[in-house]
Amino acid sequence: MSNTNKPRRTAQETQAIVTASLRRRYWAERRFRTYGLAAIVAALTFLVYLFFVIFSNGMGAFRQSELKLDIYYDPAVIDPAGTRNPDDLHAADYQALIRAALKKKFPDVEGRAGTRELTRLVSGSAAFELQREVVKDPNLIGTTRSEWLLASDAVDLLQKGHIERALPEAERPVSDQQLGWVDRLRSEGSLDLKFNKTFLSKGDSREPEAAGIWGAVVGSFFTLALTLLLSFPIGVAAAVYLEEFARRNRWTDLIEVNINNLAAVPSIVFGLLGLAVFIGFFGLPRSAPLVGAMVLTLLTLPTIIIASRAALKSVPPSIREAALGMGASKIQMVTHHVIPLALPGMLTGTIIGMARALGESAPLLMIGMVAFIVDIPKGVTDASTVLPVQVFLWSDSPERGFVEKTSGAIIVLLAFLVVMNTTAVILRKKFERRW
Amino acid sequence: MEAVQAERAGINLKPSGRVAEGAGAAEAPVEVGKTVGNIAVEDPIFSCRDVDVYYGAKHAIKKVSIDVAKSQVLAMIGPSGCGKSTFLRCLNRMNDTIEGARVEGSILLDGKDIHDKKRDVVQLRARVGMVFQKPNPFPKSIYENVAYGPRIHGLAGDRVELDEIVHNSLQRAGLWEEVKDRLQAPGTSLSGGQQQRLCIARTIAVNPEVILMDEPCSALDPIATARIEDLMEELRQSYAIVIVTHSMQQAARVSQRTAYFHLGDLIEVGETDRIFTNPRHRLTEDYITGRFG
Repeated sequence: MSNTNKPRRTAQETQAIVTASLRRRYWAERRFRTYGLAAIVAALTFLVYLFFVIFSNGMGAFRQSELKLDIYYDPAVIDPAGTRNPDDLHAADYQALIRAALKKKFPDVEGRAGTRELTRLVSGSAAFELQREVVKDPNLIGTTRSEWLLASDAVDLLQKGHIERALPEAERPVSDQQLGWVDRLRSEGSLDLKFNKTFLSKGDSREPEAAGIWGAVVGSFFTLALTLLLSFPIGVAAAVYLEEFARRNRWTDLIEVNINNLAAVPSIVFGLLGLAVFIGFFGLPRSAPLVGAMVLTLLTLPTIIIASRAALKSVPPSIREAALGMGASKIQMVTHHVIPLALPGMLTGTIIGMARALGESAPLLMIGMVAFIVDIPKGVTDASTVLPVQVFLWSDSPERGFVEKTSGAIIVLLAFLVVMNTTAVILRKKFERRW
Repeated sequence: MEAVQAERAGINLKPSGRVAEGAGAAEAPVEVGKTVGNIAVEDPIFSCRDVDVYYGAKHAIKKVSIDVAKSQVLAMIGPSGCGKSTFLRCLNRMNDTIEGARVEGSILLDGKDIHDKKRDVVQLRARVGMVFQKPNPFPKSIYENVAYGPRIHGLAGDRVELDEIVHNSLQRAGLWEEVKDRLQAPGTSLSGGQQQRLCIARTIAVNPEVILMDEPCSALDPIATARIEDLMEELRQSYAIVIVTHSMQQAARVSQRTAYFHLGDLIEVGETDRIFTNPRHRLTEDYITGRFG
């Protein structure tokens, strides 16, 4: 405006100026694209590294050393009275059967110390395995059968190459004598790495070779199923009420601000709240998936409500007008038209909330889901733990054998997450198809 | 909703300014309640007296009184922001859905006030259907779009009856031949003009007494517009129609009576032929002769 007395630019001059600026503009674009690409490469590198570390550490957890021994189910040991009474069968000394089988294999071993060394090749839980077999089928008594038994964690580590043979005897968990036995068993084909059924089907244990993830998987399943059951209806109902029915006033503004704030509250605070209210005041059982689910519901509700409200807001007003103009009541408008259109967005919020709930451990520590629990939970009030807490527990254990279990548990956790999210995404796709 | 509000917010002051220049100061400030022409008709279906609409502090409609006759098309014309859509939305209480909107005065449907506490808004909207500016079929199949109204109001006893209602409604809306082979296709897959006729079919499926149309052709091409106009001529045999339109030619073609709105006032009402050939009010004349608007 100020230089109106300047002569007007010719078309060529204008073009020259534009051309000169072009190079700078394109360069800015190229630079920006390079930044973006670099960011993606960096993120991918970290991710690949993470997966590589977890899988290289954790794949070992899915294979376990087992020993083949010819077990003689000695009636004199198991059932001297010959009653076949299940209580007697339970109480018998199955460790003696394993000791006898080992002694038969290595007859030259003598003395209590030598025998103890020898029995340490086999896991302490192997005797329980034999006990289960016999109780299930008492006809085994008196027969001889070759059984694959869990090896001890020391043998397992040796088999997987985690123990340095060159170390002096005092600095490694296996003695020279045991090394000799292991080598002999291996050369006979009686010691081998097998698929680790124990890890995927048993609960936690003090012994690394007998520890399983299934208890935590079931605990996580119960907790998350209940969380979904509680948080989805409550979250959606709250969002629908706030978005469609509530009048805008100071109260609804206050509620909205508080919901947004709740989404940012550290999760451990919810754990403390759960401890004080659900366990302290209402007297619900400790360590139970029920209480865990209630705490995780508090945690995921803000996420679900915020996402659901955004989804409801994005439904075009013309659809609402069309429904109301037809004489639909407000609730018909909401349930027939608005919610079906908003459902995919609501599900997205729920997926994000549930993924967060699955990975959460801090609030669950506060309500006692961190306890050492061997049994597989059978219901939502049984004591149990969840996958991230199991990872935390194992990572804290001093035994070397738990290192690969920890990574194995992380793999199971990731698999759980993938299965859960895939289901949710398929579900969302199904609803999205309703144009 | 937002669009309507925005239209109101963006009320342009240009017309009144120009009127002041062209028509002389005496006529520019129109006196409230002094509508030129005969607002009353014999045996009206709607009878509106002294209707005021406020959006918060804004006085959008000022003391408008007008009757709507049966079996007739009433066209409401006027420049943007004159309140014609707002007034239309009073007739089936769609303004209730806008927060802060307040309607005063009496609107009688068949002699009974629609704002009466005993009158139900759902029932009112079943009697007074509405077609919107932008075609807004539900994101469901063509069949479901038409069947929705009869379904929620329980008008069809069984599937056969419902099929018949859907068939008749589509037929009357002139859409049957085009969609009879793909009733299960999504309503949104139709062209704009077809979608608008689908919306009309959806409206007449609940057998209303009045159909309100809020600029039904403004998003359509001339051929689709012509089809809708033909349809209106047919529909007025059975229904009273109130149409808001920006196009004076359309008002002249489809309506029997015309009302001219200006800045929230109803300036003039009369037979369409008379309004377009011999407007009595200066503002009406300025508008229809294209001096502004």
